[in-house]
Amino acid sequence: MGPSHPATHGVLRVVLDLDGETVVSCRPDLGYLHRGMEKIAENRTYLQFIPYTDRMDYLSPLSANVGFALAVEGLLGIEVPARCQVLRVICCELARIGSHLVWLGTSALDLGAATMFFHTFKDREWHYDLIEDLTGARLTTSYTRVGGVAHDANAEWLKRLRAFVDAMPNRIDDYEALLTKNTIWLKRTQGVGRLSAREALSYGVTGPVLRASGVGYDVRKAKPYSGYQNYRFEVPVGSEGDVYDRYLVRIEEMRQSVLILDQALKAIPQGPVNVDDPKIFLPSKAKVLTSMEELIHQFMIVTEGFACPAGEIYVATEVPKGELGFYIVSEGGKSPYRCRIRSSAFNNLASLKHQVEGELVADVVACIGSIDPVMGEVDR
Amino acid sequence: MAEGEQAVKLLQSRFAAAVRETGSFRNQHWAVIEAAQWLEVARWLRDDPSTDFNVLVDITAVHWPHREPPMEVVAHLYSHSRNDGLRLKARVGDQGPIASLTPLWSSADWNEREAFDMFGIVFTGHPDLRRILMPDDYTDFPLRKELPLYRG
Repeated sequence: MGPSHPATHGVLRVVLDLDGETVVSCRPDLGYLHRGMEKIAENRTYLQFIPYTDRMDYLSPLSANVGFALAVEGLLGIEVPARCQVLRVICCELARIGSHLVWLGTSALDLGAATMFFHTFKDREWHYDLIEDLTGARLTTSYTRVGGVAHDANAEWLKRLRAFVDAMPNRIDDYEALLTKNTIWLKRTQGVGRLSAREALSYGVTGPVLRASGVGYDVRKAKPYSGYQNYRFEVPVGSEGDVYDRYLVRIEEMRQSVLILDQALKAIPQGPVNVDDPKIFLPSKAKVLTSMEELIHQFMIVTEGFACPAGEIYVATEVPKGELGFYIVSEGGKSPYRCRIRSSAFNNLASLKHQVEGELVADVVACIGSIDPVMGEVDR
Repeated sequence: MAEGEQAVKLLQSRFAAAVRETGSFRNQHWAVIEAAQWLEVARWLRDDPSTDFNVLVDITAVHWPHREPPMEVVAHLYSHSRNDGLRLKARVGDQGPIASLTPLWSSADWNEREAFDMFGIVFTGHPDLRRILMPDDYTDFPLRKELPLYRG
């Protein structure tokens, strides 16, 4: 199967040995999208690497931007202002909704439920319009900077986000009306691709796939970042660990993301959106054009970057697919000495073999869809 | 208590001879373990109730060409019951070898294959140690420091 098969969501090749319709062995073949990001990171300044994080999980670039910025801020030992933290939470949750919308549309389409795709992609366009207006791009957002965000969100944008937040609960009800009790959907997903909690943990599975197996682990709760401890939200868990429970968990996660967005919009404080440190954060353009000192700072950050103290840090964030971790080793230079990207989708996909061996070949499609791998993040 | 701090202390009392070095940065603690005892220490960290590291989050390596030995294998462990993490390291030669953690965690399978693919470190006891991201007929190890980003 693959590497260009409509159900492999990008360029995943899966070598299957079959006995009739039964899968005897399954060997995923990766690397078609391997761009050597960890090597590239060693040859770029910290700021220059942010655009690369857009191109990892290209369905939720905003949350990967945040994850990398948090890791570098951890190395520097700085914390961003309150308004920036809320904006980052908004970004992460918008990204989660957007990513889950694509997952829902495409994984339902894989199993023949084509209608779903049109509903979710309509709303995803709405979500993309919001992202485009905030960051200037649909996909290559690079919105987060080390020490802040690229620019503030204006009141008009927040008002439009409010309309999206208010509309989404009804939209999610509509999606559920199409699938949650749909007999064909139930037959294709229930009991398929089972993963017990023990197996999921052994494979290092995280995110919705792990939670569907009954483990309530979520980085936002275990090690809150960006002020997540200030929001009331629940971490949905399943019990069966099958494709259907992954569906239920992700649907509920979208509802919880809407709740978080609602709280963020109510609580967003006024104030700066970046740290006041001209050696790390680019000065405003107006100041660059009028003040010598700011001009020098801008020149230095753009041409040389800034140095991080020698040390090493592992920072994890809960992206739509699970735990995305950056392990950065710094020798005190302006580039990471080593930048390891712990990919959520990579580890989740490793469990595919366990899910499909001994099962029907038609279920492979359901299992891949329910893992929701994005090959940009798997291969890096 | 800072991340991994308690576990590092326990390791020092339980495996005094195997812990070669400890360190911390920004409240994250790590221990460098004698490579020969890699599997034994990891098994104890997983199974002992006082540590209970039930998840191998990641396993990778860092290349230090001017150090002897030059390769540092780095594993990140996590305990769900204690909500605590630990960074475990071991120093090995250019091509390892070091014991595979696949008998303990399935997540070691792909991550060790990647470390082999990128650095050339051999994990002994790995059931299927072959390249995972680079093509099978590729001969270099991309994340080694001597390999340039561009080759003209």
